[in-house]
Amino acid sequence: MENFSIKLKVWRQKNNKTQGKFVDYDIDDLNEHMSFLEMLDVLNERLISSREEPIAFEHDCREGICGSCSMVINGKPHGPLKGTTTCQLHMYHFNDGDNITIEPWRAKSFPVIKDLVVDRTPFDRIIQSGGYISVNTGSAPDGNAIPISQEDALYAFDAAACIGCGACVAACKNASASLFVSAKISQLASLPQGQPERDKRVVAMVDQMEVEGFGHCTNTGACEAECPKEISQEYIRKMNWEYHRANIKG
Amino acid sequence: MLDSRIPPGDLSSKWSDFKSKVPLVSPANKQNLDIIIIGTGLAGASAASSLAEMGYNVKAFCFQDSPRRAHSIAAQGGINAAKNYQNDGDSVYRLFYDTIKGGDYRSREANVHRLAEVSTNIIDQCVAQGVPFAREYGGTLDNRSFGGVQVSRTFYARGQTGQQLLLGAYSALSRQISKGSVQMYNRHEMLDVVMIDGVARGIIARNLLTGQYERHFGHAVVLATGGYGNVFYLSTNAMGSNVTAAWKAYKKGAMFGNPCFTQIHPTCIPVSGDYQSKLTLMSESLRNDGRIWVPIKKGDTRDPKDIPEDERDYYLERRYPAFGNLVPRDIASRAAKERCDEGYGVGSTKMAVYLDFKDAISSLGEDTVRSRYGNLFQMYNKITGDDPYHTPMRIYPAVHYTMGGLWVDYNLMTSVPGLYSIGESNFSDHGANRLGASALMQGLADGYFVLPYTIGEFLSKDIRTERISTEDEHFVKAEKKARKRNETLLEIKGTKSVESLHRELGKIMWDNCGMSRNEKDLKNALVQIKDLKNSFWSDVFVPGSDNELNTELEKAGRVADFIELGELMIYDALDRNESCGGHFREEYQTEEGEAFRDDENYTYVSAWEFKGKDKEPKLHKEDLDYKEVTPTQRSYK
Repeated sequence: MENFSIKLKVWRQKNNKTQGKFVDYDIDDLNEHMSFLEMLDVLNERLISSREEPIAFEHDCREGICGSCSMVINGKPHGPLKGTTTCQLHMYHFNDGDNITIEPWRAKSFPVIKDLVVDRTPFDRIIQSGGYISVNTGSAPDGNAIPISQEDALYAFDAAACIGCGACVAACKNASASLFVSAKISQLASLPQGQPERDKRVVAMVDQMEVEGFGHCTNTGACEAECPKEISQEYIRKMNWEYHRANIKG
Repeated sequence: MLDSRIPPGDLSSKWSDFKSKVPLVSPANKQNLDIIIIGTGLAGASAASSLAEMGYNVKAFCFQDSPRRAHSIAAQGGINAAKNYQNDGDSVYRLFYDTIKGGDYRSREANVHRLAEVSTNIIDQCVAQGVPFAREYGGTLDNRSFGGVQVSRTFYARGQTGQQLLLGAYSALSRQISKGSVQMYNRHEMLDVVMIDGVARGIIARNLLTGQYERHFGHAVVLATGGYGNVFYLSTNAMGSNVTAAWKAYKKGAMFGNPCFTQIHPTCIPVSGDYQSKLTLMSESLRNDGRIWVPIKKGDTRDPKDIPEDERDYYLERRYPAFGNLVPRDIASRAAKERCDEGYGVGSTKMAVYLDFKDAISSLGEDTVRSRYGNLFQMYNKITGDDPYHTPMRIYPAVHYTMGGLWVDYNLMTSVPGLYSIGESNFSDHGANRLGASALMQGLADGYFVLPYTIGEFLSKDIRTERISTEDEHFVKAEKKARKRNETLLEIKGTKSVESLHRELGKIMWDNCGMSRNEKDLKNALVQIKDLKNSFWSDVFVPGSDNELNTELEKAGRVADFIELGELMIYDALDRNESCGGHFREEYQTEEGEAFRDDENYTYVSAWEFKGKDKEPKLHKEDLDYKEVTPTQRSYK
């Protein structure tokens, strides 16, 4: 379908010191094969040609893997399509005449920087608090010296597929980062290489999550439902178990 | 003037000899030495963490909001290593040989051999970091095959190998950030290299959030800034991938090596419209089980399911029976273009060929195919709306990687003392064509295992150099220049958007300096680019101001540099009167339409020197000396 039209309501906010508001834009020359971000490109080109400031939004790889894109579309992080980042969402999922609301991630720990761009550095700090295996370059044994069952490797892989976009936080009514944090903890706790720091890691990362001001998990499952990589909520159970295990041993 | 500084001795012992003899820097001195690293992809993050572990002070910069988002993350298929875990006859020598041959005999033997040697350490390092590679039932590491080779040496993590390797390097980097040995600057873009007494001693960076200009001192500066495929506008690179850091280095005296060597990847999702912002790659690993074909009849518009076997042309299997669908990328790309140009293309634009899994699904079962390629099939389905389990994928070549880059010596130092270039941003290891799963290998080899040794040669002589104040006039001047340039961009207030000018550049480059090139079109393109440059600097419109987050201003600076780079690429393509690897000059082909290499006259690396604004760049030649391998006509038949 070509030349179909939509009505957009987009959150515009100059910077973190000013109030934001919704601004309406009508677009009527869309092609259904455009990606959602290409639709915004078209709008931005139009804004630029009429000497207005384009809408700032985060994006980079446009292949669903870098985790940059961060917008809530009609109330859902990354929009209506399950298991899909915004950059992989195409306009053929919308209908002619649709109203579409676009907002940034809403969470106290992710303050808005401009329009749809938010600050996600708390995620970096959580990884820095312990989301790694302490191994210096050059000191590793042969790769096959540590056999890992296919089952464990897959369990770790599914957790490691997290792209760190923050949709889980945006989806959660408590703005909890539990899905993000638990995925990294579970990946490393399930591998033999991760054992030496297993207890220290979970305690440090959970503590850092608290310091950053993320809310608590109340098991609504919204994170898993909205996660573009469909990371399982099971990992949160695993994180809690790991956390208690570490404290009991501690 | 060009000294590649390749160590003497036998090829197989050069690297170990070098490592034994390279001067060391004592721990006490390391803590007084500052290293700046630009870019946090595989090369940058691995170098930053390794150098910090050794005791150097590292400052790392990335333009993204987090170092984890660098475009290495998007690599799908895998990483090569000469482990011979499959007992199929692989060895360091074979990986070396395949890479030299795959690069169409335009890379340095010594560098490539070193790459093959350290490849095995990379896998060990990544496993130790917790990278979840694919495993066999017995718990050992699994491998797959990639184009251009006859062994199975590619390690992978489903279709997300780049992501998992990058997250491994990012975790090592994060560990050093938490220890305070790396200072991380997110959302910072490097705008210039600061030179003092002929040595790179720092950078000017702009904080992209506040617009503030910052001066940073370093005893050495390392560029790990990736490739420049976005010069073509449409490519598989991330939207932010750019040449700016490398280009500033070029303008400060670092030579640019083989700029025209670009890789066009054969299996990408075809262009669907003029609004398109980027192209999506479908991993080369798909060619392990997928078969490429077009209809035998021109303009056949039947549904692919209705075209019987004997009316299909599996043209790669037909032309290259020995390697079939697994020929190297340059060859597969040109073969697709040839079929489409002849009118056999499929889909609405007729600029596509089929990649079909019908046979794989019937022999292996849908579940096995799903376990190997599930996420790639899903990605294809999301973008096109088609289901590759039931209908063949439509694919077409797209710009993917740049073998060219800053010229570096064996130490990975550019022709500017103290300025290094690693990963895709240098020209070093892939010659005129890169084999699949070798980019990840090179990025991590440079960062984890090569630079941390080689940088010692320069820094060991620099232990008495005190930190230089950023109030020094060289820093002040460089900042002023960077600031002035952005002010100029904002003041033009013309009528054309940055995006539209970038599209124009991309069209010029793709039409004239893309998959095939000829003298007439290249010369014509040179004129067009000059016009485009004028049009950019007189008619671009950049909204907003310099003291805030201004993505249009960022883009404007990058596109201005891309335009200049485009010009250099054309000079390079014009100079090279031969066809080799990704560089196909229509005038130089065999009767069968294969690339015709001219070893007698072109066995050299082109290293271009900047001679000033609006002046022609000067070509220097580094002759390539093949001692171990005898260049032959590359055959995959």
